[in-house]
Amino acid sequence: MLEIRDLHVTVDGKEILKGLNLSIPAGEVHAVMGPNGSGKSTLSYTLAGREGYDITSGSILYKGEELAALTPDARAAKGFFLALQYPVEIPGVSTMVFLKTALNAQRRARGEDEVDAVKVLRLVREKAKALNITEDMLRRPLNVGFSGGEKKRLEILQMALFEPSLAVLDETDSGLDIDALRLVAEGVNAMRSPARAMLVITHYQRLLDYIVPTRVHVLRAGQIVTSGGPELAKELEKKGYETITGAAA
Amino acid sequence: MANTETTERVSDLSGEKYKYGFVTDIEMDRAPKGLSEDTVRFISAKKTEPEWMLEWRLEAYQRWLEMREPKWARVHYPPIDYQNSSYYAAPKSQGERPKNLEDIDPKLLETYKKLGIPLSEQMMLAGVAVDAVFDSVSVATTFKQKLTEAGVIFCPISEAIREHPELVRKYLGSVVPTTDNFFATLNSAVFSDGSFVYVPKGVRCPMELSTYFRINASETGQFERTLIIADEDSYVSYLEGCTAPKRDENQLHAAVVELIALDGAEIKYSTVQNWYPGDEEGKGGIFNFVTKRGDCRGKNSKISWTQVETGSAITWKYPSCILRGDNSVGEFYSIAIANNYQQADTGTKMIHLGRNTRSRIVSKGISAGHAENTYRGLVSVHPRAEGARNHTQCDSLLIGGECGAHTVPYIESRCPSASVEHEATTSKISDEQLFYCLSRGIPQDEAVSLIVNGFCREVLQQLPMEFAVEAQKLVGISLEGSVG
Repeated sequence: MLEIRDLHVTVDGKEILKGLNLSIPAGEVHAVMGPNGSGKSTLSYTLAGREGYDITSGSILYKGEELAALTPDARAAKGFFLALQYPVEIPGVSTMVFLKTALNAQRRARGEDEVDAVKVLRLVREKAKALNITEDMLRRPLNVGFSGGEKKRLEILQMALFEPSLAVLDETDSGLDIDALRLVAEGVNAMRSPARAMLVITHYQRLLDYIVPTRVHVLRAGQIVTSGGPELAKELEKKGYETITGAAA
Repeated sequence: MANTETTERVSDLSGEKYKYGFVTDIEMDRAPKGLSEDTVRFISAKKTEPEWMLEWRLEAYQRWLEMREPKWARVHYPPIDYQNSSYYAAPKSQGERPKNLEDIDPKLLETYKKLGIPLSEQMMLAGVAVDAVFDSVSVATTFKQKLTEAGVIFCPISEAIREHPELVRKYLGSVVPTTDNFFATLNSAVFSDGSFVYVPKGVRCPMELSTYFRINASETGQFERTLIIADEDSYVSYLEGCTAPKRDENQLHAAVVELIALDGAEIKYSTVQNWYPGDEEGKGGIFNFVTKRGDCRGKNSKISWTQVETGSAITWKYPSCILRGDNSVGEFYSIAIANNYQQADTGTKMIHLGRNTRSRIVSKGISAGHAENTYRGLVSVHPRAEGARNHTQCDSLLIGGECGAHTVPYIESRCPSASVEHEATTSKISDEQLFYCLSRGIPQDEAVSLIVNGFCREVLQQLPMEFAVEAQKLVGISLEGSVG
């Protein structure tokens, strides 16, 4: 599904990713863990195609296609989804309108028929229930005045609605209390499928108690320095990044 | 209220950006170029006007000769040659007024169809009465019957001058006097047509009234004159939409709108203005110098202006309310979008004269490209206007780094018990917002449209539903390509 080879990325002229390799087959959930400044967010923004994240060398193949050639909206239409660490507020645009606009923009790009307002509403309500997202939230302007937990739940709702082939969750656990964390994890687990790949980016092991990954990778200074099974996350939690990656403090 | 929850596709709406840029090929009956007393007489004669009307016009013309074009607005344009324009143009085939829709030149109907005006059976279903002004002559007035039953008069003003002289004489120029300002005075001299509405006592007008103005002939100014009178305890909602074909030269549009609300009456006036704004380099486009004013003459009356201004090369427009009657209410909701080299200087005046009068101003200005967008507003409270209250909110949104937003609020309060509040914000569409939309599959232009529509939501909600949807689309179209 995703094949990253020797990826180098610079931001504001500074190299952040320095030869990153990562491969995620369909049906698997991988976790990338790393300390602050290791390049976690750069990785997720680069995958989504954000302006200012320049690929200087290497490649990202998604379903065999070079991602760099696609605009962010085209990536979304092709089934790529990024749940942001800091979801953005858009005043005056109701959450429901945003969801409908996004869903139909993706469908249109794929040459599919648009879904009418009534159907979208039904679809959203069905998915919202499991995430404990209320009608009131759907009516309110997108993310405006939402709590941290509400924002993250809304990201997961979007993932459920768009049904992506590859989902990247960027520090979805940050700022969540234990109840919200469980709700979000359940939402993610419900999306696991043999046809879908997921990448969970996180600083802490906590989230991985709920979303058990197929593989865990440790990112440090722009490279994957070690990989292993779910037990690697527990080990990291116990011993800290320095010990595991063998770097000096 | 209006449902503004629909976000339509922008790309669907126009292959090219200004889809109304077609010209209808119809023989015109026009006045020779230039402006003189003869021109005024020519127009008056064409309209078979009574003597008093001609005199009223001539007086205005004499006054206009002594006046100077105002220069205080933040707009720049080459001098207008008032002698190089024709002041009257009517489709020739309309020499005889049509009796019904079947009598109308099919080419005209085709034009309206392109504009998307539902001037046929669909209209009956939609319940909208349209008085369409094609250049200078009203070509069709529908729904007259139903309105007549309710006692509402809705007709071209030229007809009102002939058929209802007592009403016209009483109210014409009573809100915007012939001496008011350069452009209004010019209009008084040469206005060719426009709409007239009278809603009698206690009547709630059974449908939204709508007029589509359109400048078709080249090198003609359009000077419509609209007069709306809501008698005691009546209600009327009036919609005005404007488009004009694409041309390289600039065209002048100097309209006057007068509203009069008597005791307990309410007038809601909505405008979606989409005159041709000129091309990307600022060539061509309409010069829109408009005087719109409402007089809350009676106590407990209310006048509400809602405007969506997306077009014109230059907009000079300040729909205002004179709050004369005690407890009267004035409202101004505005969206002004200026892109490329457009210049907009628009706002309102709220003149509090009566006790416990209230006014509310919500202005949303959007600037993109190299455009300059100015909000200019006056809130004035007379010493007698005890307990007067005003709240003003002015929000500006900037797209890109080459445009400007300016806010010029004037507040004059001579009454200690009055309360006047002014809030202003300026913001930009952030990269974060754009990226968020893109990452969810929403293409750039659609994302801008979505964010701007959100910014304007408060005003869009004031529009009647059919207009709100149209206005949302226009917002998107006028900002296409403004980012990136």
